[in-house]
Amino acid sequence: MNAPDDQENSFSLDGEDLPFNPGETILQAATRAGRYIPHLCWHPDFAAHGSCRVCSVKVNGRAGAACTVHAAAGLDVQSNTDELNAHRKTLLQMLFVEGNHFCPSCEKSGHCLLQATAYQMGMEGPHFEEFYPDRPVDASHPDILLDFNRCILCELCVKASRDVDGKNVFAIGGHGIATHLLVNSESGRLADTAMALTDRAADICPVGVILPKRRGFVIPIGQRRFDARPVSEQIEGDRS
Amino acid sequence: MTTPRGPHHSSATAADLSALLGRHGLDPHALVQILRDLQALHGWLPRDSLSQVAAALGLTLAHVEGVAGFYRFFHTRPVGAYRVLFSDSVTDRMLGSEALMADLCRRLGVAPGRLGEDGLVSVDRTSCTGLCDQGPALLINHHQVVTRLDATRVAQLAGLIRARVPVPQWPAEWFEVQDNIRRADVLLGEPAAPGAALAAALARGSEATLAEIKRSNLRGRGGAGFATGLKWELCRNAPGHEHVVVCNADEGEPGTFKDRVLLTRCADAVFEGMTVAAHIIGARRGLVYLRGEYRFLLEPLLAVLQRRRDTRLLGPAILGREGFDFDIAIHVGAGAYVCGEESSLIESLEGKRGTPRVRPPFPVERGYLGHPTIVNNVETFCAAARIALQGGDWWAGIGTPKSTGTKIHSVSGDCERPGLYEYPFGTRIGRILEDCGALDTQAVQVGGPSGVCLSAFEFGRRIAFEDVPTAGAFMVFDRSRDMFEVARGFAHFFAHESCGFCTPCRVGTALVVRRMDKLAAGHGSRHDIDVLFELDKLMHTATHCGLGATACNPLRDTIAKFRPAYEKHLKSLYFEPGFDLDAELSIARRMTGRDDAGAHLENQP
Repeated sequence: MNAPDDQENSFSLDGEDLPFNPGETILQAATRAGRYIPHLCWHPDFAAHGSCRVCSVKVNGRAGAACTVHAAAGLDVQSNTDELNAHRKTLLQMLFVEGNHFCPSCEKSGHCLLQATAYQMGMEGPHFEEFYPDRPVDASHPDILLDFNRCILCELCVKASRDVDGKNVFAIGGHGIATHLLVNSESGRLADTAMALTDRAADICPVGVILPKRRGFVIPIGQRRFDARPVSEQIEGDRS
Repeated sequence: MTTPRGPHHSSATAADLSALLGRHGLDPHALVQILRDLQALHGWLPRDSLSQVAAALGLTLAHVEGVAGFYRFFHTRPVGAYRVLFSDSVTDRMLGSEALMADLCRRLGVAPGRLGEDGLVSVDRTSCTGLCDQGPALLINHHQVVTRLDATRVAQLAGLIRARVPVPQWPAEWFEVQDNIRRADVLLGEPAAPGAALAAALARGSEATLAEIKRSNLRGRGGAGFATGLKWELCRNAPGHEHVVVCNADEGEPGTFKDRVLLTRCADAVFEGMTVAAHIIGARRGLVYLRGEYRFLLEPLLAVLQRRRDTRLLGPAILGREGFDFDIAIHVGAGAYVCGEESSLIESLEGKRGTPRVRPPFPVERGYLGHPTIVNNVETFCAAARIALQGGDWWAGIGTPKSTGTKIHSVSGDCERPGLYEYPFGTRIGRILEDCGALDTQAVQVGGPSGVCLSAFEFGRRIAFEDVPTAGAFMVFDRSRDMFEVARGFAHFFAHESCGFCTPCRVGTALVVRRMDKLAAGHGSRHDIDVLFELDKLMHTATHCGLGATACNPLRDTIAKFRPAYEKHLKSLYFEPGFDLDAELSIARRMTGRDDAGAHLENQP
């Protein structure tokens, strides 16, 4: 990978020049260069989804999602500004109140991208009233627990199961605020799918929906990924 | 699974299902059409039928379930043998739809949205059905429409349903849909002879016809106002072995009904415009995306298409020109406002959930099934046919330099003569109000809920892309109307129609509804208005598509221009919690057996 550094193939991110390769999005170029743009539904191994909007930036003054806007020479991209970070915090608060997120009792706490990004953006409370939706868990599978209460609809599991595992275990159903994750089986339960703990879909969830059973607190709180360093200092995890 | 009840609920046989799938060539891209047909057999979509459809089409059950669950007109739970949906546009409400629905429910012994014990009937609301000039209106079994409802009609309707009289045997005048053309200009006036525009385009050649479209400065009539000639040129130049012409007849913006009339009166002009476009971009396939609410227009449209095939205006070798082969199919939607957005519309045409695509690539490069595709509004195609016939300079001579030609307005609400009004661009708002007989007007919502709300001091402004742009709705509110309630209705509309894809629209529209309902219940404070401003700002910049971005427009305008309408709902100027403090104490009162004044908190202002 060679990063051309001439003016032809660079754009400005928060006032600093950033080289890019043709075809890269702003988020891809930033990540490759070790620059942090907050994001949730984007993963370097999969096509951009653009649903969480946490990576929203200003490109030449116009709003856009860094995961979907292609880098181009001379673009002026603003990301780490008070205004955009305030928007990000509001988006995170929306995701928190929409589902049921009880971090202290969640096995994903400390490994959770939603929680880590909320800390990064200085979110101190939900701001809005909680919706407290009724979302039963699916504990039918012998090795995997599905806790839909935490789903942020990033669709990474849908893509991983379809494109990597070739199993099509997940899909999206409903609409509006009732949009939800579906499990593909006659019963609608995970036990009746071909899902296995070794699947890519089993470890792609950025939040705590898809969890391996009987592993609770194997890594103690305090020694987890985001306990050590904030998400903004762990870009290498996204560099494939 | 709940046992199906009622005469319409016998399961479709395996033979029915395989015949239905066969009619669609077992094409997974026809999934939305297949589900529509399947629901016409069953009344609803039982899970075992979805499973059979999935197996036959090589799709997963979850995919099919996801598509069925996306569209508002698909039912994955049993519904009544009669499905009655009241149009819930603000203009229907102003004409008394809420009381009429309550009356019908009372007569039939059902609650809105709930299926009665006997499985006979379900009654509910649906987003604007595009009959605002002859409302209140309702939709029966996702097929027929009943217009001009009143207490008498509702009483008779309840009787017919109770007696299980099939809908086609109901009084014919109930289904009458009027055109109500009040002012015609070049589009709604004398129609051109079918084939005339096409003959002119063929004589001129595709390149020269494109030049005429560009010279006309025609801009898209769907709302965004993109230059039509440029769009067609981009598509024409996009590499691909097939190009596609799509007509967006998903007229979902509340208060808009001009495309319904164009498809009723000027279907030839619409199809002719599509065929001219096909000639220019080199397309063989055309698709009309007809909104599900306009299902009643399907048979007449199919008849026009057949007549055009019979007269060689469609099909192979159009007008005898070897190699110019083009035909048009009609896809019927299933209740989803977001499908008016062109990339969602294409997803829906492909048999998927209608969520907007990530762009680029734009449809002109990669659209329907990956082919370069143009998507244009019904009115745009009508205009293009006219331009092909009479030339770009002629069109550019009408209207203003930046907004050429005419625009058709769907006028509804508080006026004496609701209906269609076609004016050259540059027409004053006040002129339209005078012509439609609007008296004591407080506000006009131009372009529907996603458009702009104008108050009296702005009635001197003009309809034009450079002043007041519009997709065609023109809703009039007189001084008796509460503009807060109008905005609250729009907030509910956007929450109901959010596709659910992106965070700010999915959660934001739900939060707006909660705030507006809190204000309506008399529990609001200044803080809630501040939160509404904050949500508006976020949704304007952070949503995935333009529909989410405009979802707060009515709030922004009405708060700015009709602030007293909001403030009269405020309980305090500071903070009020979203819950009722006194109600929270009810358990404590029950436990202590007290209900005296000292056991209550001061609740009323």
